[in-house]
Amino acid sequence: MRGLTLSAAAGEVVALVGPSGCGKTTALGIVAGLDRAFDGVVEVGPRQNGGPARLGYVFQEPRLLPWRTVRQNLALVLPRAQRRGPAVDLMLDALELSQFADRFPTQLSLGMARRVALARAFVVEPDLLLMDEPFVSLDEPTALRLRGLLSQLLDRRPATVLLVTHNLREALALADRLLLLAPSPGRVVAEVPVTVPRAVRDDHAVEALRRELLARPEPAFRLLA
Amino acid sequence: MPVVMPLASILLLLALWQAAALLVGGRLLPGPMPVAQALLREAESGALFHHMGVTLLRVLAAFALAMSIGVGLGLPMGRSPFVDRLFGPWLVFFLNLPALVVIVLAYVWFGLTEAAAIGAVAVNKIPNTVVLVRAGARAIDEGLIDMARVYRLSPADRLRHVLLPQLTPTIAAAARSGLALIWKIVLVVELLGRSDGVGFQINLLFQTFDVAGILAYTIAFVAVVQLLEYGVLQPVERHCQRWRRMPAEA
Repeated sequence: MRGLTLSAAAGEVVALVGPSGCGKTTALGIVAGLDRAFDGVVEVGPRQNGGPARLGYVFQEPRLLPWRTVRQNLALVLPRAQRRGPAVDLMLDALELSQFADRFPTQLSLGMARRVALARAFVVEPDLLLMDEPFVSLDEPTALRLRGLLSQLLDRRPATVLLVTHNLREALALADRLLLLAPSPGRVVAEVPVTVPRAVRDDHAVEALRRELLARPEPAFRLLA
Repeated sequence: MPVVMPLASILLLLALWQAAALLVGGRLLPGPMPVAQALLREAESGALFHHMGVTLLRVLAAFALAMSIGVGLGLPMGRSPFVDRLFGPWLVFFLNLPALVVIVLAYVWFGLTEAAAIGAVAVNKIPNTVVLVRAGARAIDEGLIDMARVYRLSPADRLRHVLLPQLTPTIAAAARSGLALIWKIVLVVELLGRSDGVGFQINLLFQTFDVAGILAYTIAFVAVVQLLEYGVLQPVERHCQRWRRMPAEA
């Protein structure tokens, strides 16, 4: 990666789209503070009511603690005082996970485990939400359903989102702005604002946007095909 | 029938023992019956329970000490290359230190005390626990560590919910081999510098050449250690691993 610059306004959903190997995951790791071997600056603004920004992270794999139940997995990421409060159950309810609350992650399908990972990211009420291919390797109906749930969650409680994906449809369905990345060195080669509001972006709208992008003549867009 | 084979195995051993006793004869190798009588005699006098109780307490104290210090050192050594390089050479030294040397030096330096006895036993087990736990800690899933960092879990929560559960199989293995090793060393410690316990009693019986008594204490203590293994260690381990046995959802 070299000279990679990106910024996101508060409450904006930015998708990083590009082929594998262009440093999308690395970029998220740097923003999250997991990767410190880089030269550069990461600035995350404070919360609206002060204090450091809270981070949510949906990894490529669900990364749930297999020896803790679904409910415990959610409760653990909360400050100790809030663990017994209603937040966990409300979030489980919102994602239709209540009946699985006392299951262990080993008993869940991949789609269900990803849904728990999503619930965990949202239960901390994140200011900045990092998502790394959150719906990869799911069948299309399940992925579609999870994208819908994510969209609802964001409508209810907006967060600044950096979404890494190689799925153009997914990016167009969720993001306010797309950043197209190219490999070696990893950098941003194009920026695409999506002006249609997310609420009215149905499958047809997404498909139309996708055709439009693929038809663009600039070399940056050829990477998408 | 899962009980048939172990039972047959034990009966075979008893038969061989009886045959050998008949062949050698008398005081040198008493058969199962004289040993059972010795066991009864010691139990009736109360000596058996007193000495076994004392030895068992020493075993448990040394076990707890060795496990907590072993995990406390092995975990950071497995997680941090710096700590590993710092203490690695010590580990090599202590791994190769003969148990007898540790025991004798402990008694010389700290007197013939309970603390010296238990400490010496623990020191013999700690290096082995450290090696096992270090290997387990090296194999820890980095993905879950990253998750814990991103969600800012406190150090105590990381230990309890992320690190230790992954180390459960390692710790269980260390506990199992530890229990077997520790009770053997406790007997030596008692023989050399305590005035009660199974080791002390065996020394007395040795001086009166009472082989039946020695075998009686041995069998009684082996039975107690097996009881600990099946009655305590294995149920605890099963509880910690219950999430593995849950059937997957269709």
